[in-house]
Amino acid sequence: MATLKDRNSVGQAITRGDLWTKLSTILMGAGIFGHGQKVKGILVLILEAAFIFYMASAGLTHLANLPGLGSVEAGEVYNEAKGIYEYTQGDNSLLMLLYGVVTLFVVAAFILLWILQLKKSYKLQKAVEQGKHVNTFKEDLRSLLNGNLYMLLMTTPFLGILVFNIVPLVFMICMAFTSYSKEGNHLMLFDWNGLTQFVRVLSMNGNIGRQFWHVLAWTIVWAIFATFLNYILGMILALIINRKDTKWKGMWRFCFVLSIAVPQFVSLMIMNTMLQPYGAVNVVLQNLGWIKNPIPFWSNAMLARITIVVINLWVGIPYTLLQITGILQNIPAELYEAAKMDGAGPVKIFFRITLPYMLFVTTPYLITSFVGNINNFNVIYLLSGGGPTYVGDTAGQTDLLVTWLYKLTIDQQYYNIGAVIGILTFVVLTIVTLVTYRNSGSYKNEEAFM
Amino acid sequence: MTAMNQPIARNKISGRRRAVNILVHLLLAVLAFIWIMPIIWIVLTSFRAEPGSYVNTFFPKGYTLNNYIKLFTDRNVLNFPKMFMNTLIIACISCVVSTFFMLSVSYSLSRMRFKMRKPYMNLAMILGLFPGFMSMVAQYYILKALGLTEGSMIRLALIIVYSAGAGLAFQISKGYFDTIPRSIDEAAMIDGASQWQVFTQITMPLSKPIVIYTVMTSFIGPWVDFIFAKVICRANADQFTVAIGLWNMLQKEYINQWYTCFAAGAVVISIPIAALFLYMQKFYVEGMTGAVKG
Repeated sequence: MATLKDRNSVGQAITRGDLWTKLSTILMGAGIFGHGQKVKGILVLILEAAFIFYMASAGLTHLANLPGLGSVEAGEVYNEAKGIYEYTQGDNSLLMLLYGVVTLFVVAAFILLWILQLKKSYKLQKAVEQGKHVNTFKEDLRSLLNGNLYMLLMTTPFLGILVFNIVPLVFMICMAFTSYSKEGNHLMLFDWNGLTQFVRVLSMNGNIGRQFWHVLAWTIVWAIFATFLNYILGMILALIINRKDTKWKGMWRFCFVLSIAVPQFVSLMIMNTMLQPYGAVNVVLQNLGWIKNPIPFWSNAMLARITIVVINLWVGIPYTLLQITGILQNIPAELYEAAKMDGAGPVKIFFRITLPYMLFVTTPYLITSFVGNINNFNVIYLLSGGGPTYVGDTAGQTDLLVTWLYKLTIDQQYYNIGAVIGILTFVVLTIVTLVTYRNSGSYKNEEAFM
Repeated sequence: MTAMNQPIARNKISGRRRAVNILVHLLLAVLAFIWIMPIIWIVLTSFRAEPGSYVNTFFPKGYTLNNYIKLFTDRNVLNFPKMFMNTLIIACISCVVSTFFMLSVSYSLSRMRFKMRKPYMNLAMILGLFPGFMSMVAQYYILKALGLTEGSMIRLALIIVYSAGAGLAFQISKGYFDTIPRSIDEAAMIDGASQWQVFTQITMPLSKPIVIYTVMTSFIGPWVDFIFAKVICRANADQFTVAIGLWNMLQKEYINQWYTCFAAGAVVISIPIAALFLYMQKFYVEGMTGAVKG
């Protein structure tokens, strides 16, 4: 394969290419055109023309703006002729950054196209030299339905991902290195300022830094509790429902699964109102005479955290139940029989057989749900709104990194810090995923339980 | 002696067993009650006659249908019927687009081998680790640059946002396609079928559970998302989706007037989604266990 690849490299194409191929280093598509694929060659040429037109009309300006991000401040200029102050529009750094990033992507795509067409041209040249068949345009189109179907199927989805996932992500990552923030009034005009924001977030001293470590600690504690409590309690519930002697299995399962069927944001908002000082839960407890004053579910930091974890059990256990039931039934019955023969009780059987087996099989599921919990926006935002929040803080006591990120960007408009938090969340998730996956049984020895 | 002892011992065991059984069923009943109570409560509230957000009884004192009537007729403050139509349109279109995206990508990754296959899958994994709405602000500006954030173009913007990333969520359906034996494809190809024909006429019919599952999840998405909808709609009240509407009803300025209507709205939205979900659950479980057994 290596030699084949060598023979078709760009360097080879330029040195050994014939006139048509060499011409296509400048006039793209010429090689393809000259070696028989006329329509395709013209299409490539049109793309090149479009690129040159774009760069000349706008692209070069966008690229030139990228290092400076504009310098003209919006303000008022005295117009002597009219005798009034006129509002002048300054540079919009945000748009400059966005267009700059988009232009970078366009340039990258163009370079890719240049390489591909050159290689293609050289390949066609060789095919012609060896007297092989060169596909006509019609045949090329037909191959899109057959051997090249993936191109037809994946182009639009990939374009969607590129334009609405990758470009925005790169754009946001760039923001982390700027002064784009409401602080210091840098919403219109901002500049690159390197790692300043990272230092600010990661240092223990400043207000933002202190909040960051606080939020990070709670995020991890939350994710551990949310993931493992849901997992273990859900598994126990599944085992209880699946016991041989349990009657009306379908009905029990239905009761629990019904709570998933209600849209999550609806049930979470209901929970939020039920646990307000004058909400249904406090009312019922007061009517029963169990408590005198309403329980401050959302205004006491510790209580709010516990409440969230408990409600998350309500949300999450049915999911575990649904996803785990099938796997539970696959545990080899011999294992259980052997354990029973040796006189193990149900608790011992659970911790020695069921749990290890399940941990082994469902590690990927655990990792995804851990990642999902670190990014669990809905539960926190709809239940506590991140509160209670102390005066002077942007992060509440139950805020996760994601909800804090949301508050920083949408409410506070500290876009640069928000972007830093986003990047750090990504780093945390990557570390967690890699470490757990590498240490998991299913990665180390794939056949332990086979 | 032994012959006499055995029945007694058996009785003892079954007695203990009965006690455990009763305990287990009691426990399940209590748990099931906890799980269902919030749902019962919201249904009760939606029929509650007394206005206001908080009342001092669990059960309403009077029952009425007015909350539902108000929800669907009061178009002045929060125009729920309009929100409902908005969401329905968005959900239908983005459901078609994202189902197509998702199934195309999954089929390509499962059935075809090409240079960019592994890089694409790695890319999807990396993108999945970034917080989903980190790029939300940037998406808003891109949509704004395309002129899609004003007036009725907002709907198009939301459709794009909901379906653009569909190509990244291929794991479940790809896993399902992987379980369909390749020999079926090969047999069809020997008979002269093209890849496209294999995709549409063989794989799709064999994958009914996962297709239905994909259709339904992507249909439900727009009904339950309020983060993106809020950021993209901003203050354009006539483009609101149901989720933003319900969320607004619980804000300070509306909650006293609209709380019972919120409950009614929650019930109205939940019934179809719950029905779809319970129907879909069967396909979900089937989809998890694979296509052709043995």
